[in-house]
Amino acid sequence: MKSFDYARADTPEAAVRQSGNPATKFIAGGTNLLDLMKLEVETPDKLVDISRLDLRDIAPTDAGGLSIGALALNSDLAADDRVRTHYPVLSRALLAGASAQLRNKATTGGNLLQRTRCNYFYDTASPCNKRQPGAGCAALGGFTRNHAILGTSDHCIATHPSDMAVAMRALDATIVTMAADGARRRIAIGDFYRLPGDTPHIETALDPGELITHLELPPPPEGKQIYRKVRDRASYAFALVSVAGIVSMDGGKIASAALAFGGLAHLPWRDKRVEDALIGNAPSTDAFEAAADVLLTDAKGFGANDFKIPLTRRTMIACLRELTSGAAA
Amino acid sequence: MSITGLDTMRADPPASPQEVRTATIDVTVNGRVHSVSADIRTSLLDLLREQLHLTGSKKGCDHGQCGACTVLVNGRRINACLTLAVMHRGDDIVTIEGLGTPEKLHPLQQAFLRHDAFQCGYCTPGQICSAVGMLDEARQGWASHASETLGGGVVLSEAEISERMSGNICRCSAYPNIVDAIRDVAGDRP
Amino acid sequence: MNELNNSLTMDEAVERNLLDRGRQGVIGKPLDRVDGPAKVTGQARYSYEEPIENVAYGIVLTTEIGRGRVASIDADAARAAPGVIAVIVDHPLVPTDSSMTSALPRTLPEIENYGQPIGILVAESFEAARSAASLVRVDYAPEAGRFDMMEHLAEVEHEPPTRFRPPQEVGELDAALAQAAVTLDATYTTPHHLPAALEPHATIATWQDGKVEIRSSLQMLQWSRGAIAASLGLEPTAIRILAPFVGGGFGGKTGVGPEVILAVIAARDIGRPVKIALTRRQTAHLVHRRSDTRQRVRIGCNSDGDILALAHESTVSQKEGRDFIEPVSIGSLSLYAGAARRFSQSVVRLDLPMASAVRAPGEAVGTLALETAMDEMAEKLGLDPIAFRKRNEPERDPLRGVRFSTRRLVECYDDGASRFGWEQRHALPGRRREGEWLIGMGMAAAVRSNLLMQSQARVRLTADGVAVVETDMTDIGTGTYTILAQIAGEMLGLPLDRIEVRLGDTDLPPGPGSGGSFGAAGSGSSVALACQQIVERLASLIDAKPDELTLQDGIATARNRRLPLVELLAGQPIEALGTIRQGKNGQAVNQAAYGAQFAEVAVNAVTGETRVRRMLGVFDCGRILNAKTARSQAVGGMIWGLSYALQEEAVVDRRTGAFATRDLAEYHVPVNADVPRIEAYFIEESDRYANPIGVKGIGELGISGSGAAVANAIYNACGVRPRDFPLTLDKLLPGLPPV
Repeated sequence: MKSFDYARADTPEAAVRQSGNPATKFIAGGTNLLDLMKLEVETPDKLVDISRLDLRDIAPTDAGGLSIGALALNSDLAADDRVRTHYPVLSRALLAGASAQLRNKATTGGNLLQRTRCNYFYDTASPCNKRQPGAGCAALGGFTRNHAILGTSDHCIATHPSDMAVAMRALDATIVTMAADGARRRIAIGDFYRLPGDTPHIETALDPGELITHLELPPPPEGKQIYRKVRDRASYAFALVSVAGIVSMDGGKIASAALAFGGLAHLPWRDKRVEDALIGNAPSTDAFEAAADVLLTDAKGFGANDFKIPLTRRTMIACLRELTSGAAA
Repeated sequence: MSITGLDTMRADPPASPQEVRTATIDVTVNGRVHSVSADIRTSLLDLLREQLHLTGSKKGCDHGQCGACTVLVNGRRINACLTLAVMHRGDDIVTIEGLGTPEKLHPLQQAFLRHDAFQCGYCTPGQICSAVGMLDEARQGWASHASETLGGGVVLSEAEISERMSGNICRCSAYPNIVDAIRDVAGDRP
Repeated sequence: MNELNNSLTMDEAVERNLLDRGRQGVIGKPLDRVDGPAKVTGQARYSYEEPIENVAYGIVLTTEIGRGRVASIDADAARAAPGVIAVIVDHPLVPTDSSMTSALPRTLPEIENYGQPIGILVAESFEAARSAASLVRVDYAPEAGRFDMMEHLAEVEHEPPTRFRPPQEVGELDAALAQAAVTLDATYTTPHHLPAALEPHATIATWQDGKVEIRSSLQMLQWSRGAIAASLGLEPTAIRILAPFVGGGFGGKTGVGPEVILAVIAARDIGRPVKIALTRRQTAHLVHRRSDTRQRVRIGCNSDGDILALAHESTVSQKEGRDFIEPVSIGSLSLYAGAARRFSQSVVRLDLPMASAVRAPGEAVGTLALETAMDEMAEKLGLDPIAFRKRNEPERDPLRGVRFSTRRLVECYDDGASRFGWEQRHALPGRRREGEWLIGMGMAAAVRSNLLMQSQARVRLTADGVAVVETDMTDIGTGTYTILAQIAGEMLGLPLDRIEVRLGDTDLPPGPGSGGSFGAAGSGSSVALACQQIVERLASLIDAKPDELTLQDGIATARNRRLPLVELLAGQPIEALGTIRQGKNGQAVNQAAYGAQFAEVAVNAVTGETRVRRMLGVFDCGRILNAKTARSQAVGGMIWGLSYALQEEAVVDRRTGAFATRDLAEYHVPVNADVPRIEAYFIEESDRYANPIGVKGIGELGISGSGAAVANAIYNACGVRPRDFPLTLDKLLPGLPPV
């Protein structure tokens, strides 16, 4: 770990004033940042400790949704009664992630900003465009079991590792930030993450020094919510594929659908065309298959992760079957 | 340097580029207040092990992948390897050494012994600290990935304990005995 | 005090088990570990944890290419970094690989594999050391390397020099196969495995007066001392190794790793103690691996299911110049009858880290193939897998013709089947479904050859009536402290709180070390032999024959005399050294431990995820010294088998020779949620040929067959049988029913 300067902020304004330099990082839970700093994948000059900022509250919004402080711990968010009752997909996604110890430290904002678990990103001896733009991508032609099948580029095939962010994507969360000059900004989660393209090192819409202060959830969605995660161990493993699904029914037909996917892409994947293919149809294997076709039309495997294509199809269909059967959760 | 809203907790300025940045860290560990000067990069785990010589907390991976370093910070179980000591000023930390002694074992320590819930013993302090935190989480009604429902009370079935203890790897694979030991203390039967 | 001696060479059957004379009633009992209180309270100090004044922190510097030469090293920036004491990269003794008994290899500037050591950096703190290490600039002259066994199968060596098994053949295999009514010819593969002990390899080296004290995480202290002495040109007596607690070994700590030598060199160079622990990611390349394997199993049967021909031929990988060849078929040699038999191990030389012994070398992976093949063959024959095995239970060792010392495998099958509810298994796969889950049952045989290594132990009965047991044997979680206390307690009539066991110190008599499941047999026998001598002396003190003397709770009773030991000793301690050696019994009989493994699994019909729902094993492994720790060892082994069936796979990047899965996030060992309720039972029979206390090794037996039981259960659940381990969900998906 490279040495760094350290300062603790106790207001968001003070925190952002300290930042603005790309070599300055905010640290909150630290569970991902320190992991990467130990390997010198991350080498900040300065850490601004935001862990004591007053950003832990989870509170109702005027619009009938929920405002979640960026420093709300993953475990607290999962256990929150309002989340459990009205946004169970979020509780479930959080509980499927990492371990209890990590959830007790990891924050909501930090979870959104997790870096990829690509083994070549972690290995500083391997070229990685995300670590060092222009260096090349060692994952291409390498061991790709955990890698993306959607939205990849010639520069990067990494996946986003978060479970929580997948649920947030399905819930249409909004990310509220404070810029280095103190200005506030609201970013829809659909606009927050970026595909790798030829700049895989730029992962989000955040500007340097911009601090996530809150997330906002819209009012609870209609219908049933589930989160299903498929992984190589029964627990404490990253998703091979995960599905956050919210579906409501009306008169035997699918009235609304939100489907977000983890483990498939550089970001929590959501494709409106898939949802449009479902809405208005009665649930049936054919309808589900047709929606899966839409999702996977452009899917591309890289050898060891080819299986994710059939796995995603099967998991999605099983999720849709569950979402469209029985009473709403 | 004085910036509004920044508290006094910061690295001591290095005397020269060849100096290691250090900070004075005040923490309470097992009820005792310590004030230690440490390299700013020091993890909570290394502070405990290398400076306070509390080596009960183990380093198995140093990256949050094994749970051997689990300690309780303000009552919650965390991985001590993935947090900076400097970020814990004023925190109340309990390690395995604070739970019991060979002469006066904590009920979980006793249960681990009775159920042979370990072999090499290296993951054991982390398992036990994790179990202490886990039982408290269950008492608060927190659900887990294994829970049928998100609401309602928690019944610590084998599946629930296994899931909730999955952040602690035991390479000797004493898992079934770990579950038995914890059930013994939890007192719940499904 | 004169030390008494009692030695025994196992040239014939032992008529009377030494433990049978005891009256204390502690032997075999499910007693808590005597070292347990120290472990559950964090008081047990592992090798990195002893507080040492003025200690410096070392970190191993390693290569980042897989084959070639180190052209130059620029350590100037690292040397100038804050807190750095020394960077040692040009020292002639820098080892590049580990070794069990001989000097560690030194190949620099040649690079034989990725992650090979090139030196050590020492600094005032761990943080300073780790960060400065990244400033060391190495220029390489890379060369093309061989990193994948399948790509280099054409270069196979068929009869490699090996410390293990040469090819063995009896009968006419090809002819027997040609005559067989039913044949199976199947090829299985298993991946590289890492030992992945939870305590990373760690060492503290402290020099004083020309001698070095090494606190190190090692399994075999005598061998290790020899390897260190040879590496450094020291007399073994100049080296003391201390390893009172070892955080798991699993074979990975059987040898001396380069970090041990580097710590010793650095400590001498800087004149300060040096401590060093491998980082988790370093362990992937600096600790030996278990080789990947390619195994061809052929079985030929008559139509009744009698095996006529059995061949188990394997190919494994190893780096150049190393003679360990994973003895894949060792368990297959005499497990089943069949007149024509062929067993061989071939090797492909690769530029990968050394392959060596990982828990149950041979059986752990060999049974994955053989016992899956047996299941496949039973199905072809239309026989129940247990019936097929029982039909082919041999009377004598079918390879060498010698008798089995003890073998109660058939009882293991029957007892296990009954306890497990085997009769509920559907003979046809895919017949039981619960929601999304397909349920199946499988079984397999377990076998592990039994070994005895020379061992010494000293027992001192102090004038206070306390027994002190001393040997350099280690307890790596196996329960050595506890079973040795029980043996001494049983024989000397002392409760366990009157016994002190000192282990893990080369100043103590040389034990066998922890490996090959031979620890309990060797160290236990040497303790028992020492105790036997003490009992004889006590008998003479009370003026009785040993058989007339009863020792219990610190009281000696004989011929109507009843005296507390303390009075009998009258201020004079008794000390005895026990020595056990293998003799003719090693070859004259076939010694092995056996078992029957059962598993019930659920395979998700949508995703192919497998969850093991329960496992049960019944084991025939000699006399049990502690029912609690023995069960734990068996269960732990069974979980390793589960893991080999489903999860563990160290993946090598074929372009670089580096492990892509080099930490515990990527190398998937089981977590608690992967593991179900597991039952383990023992069919006890003292083995008179094995050793004077009648025990057999347990530590590795549990792995044997358990993975195959899981694999066979997966087939029974869903009708898919990949032959490429581990059976991850991607391999099951193509055979699963449509969603």
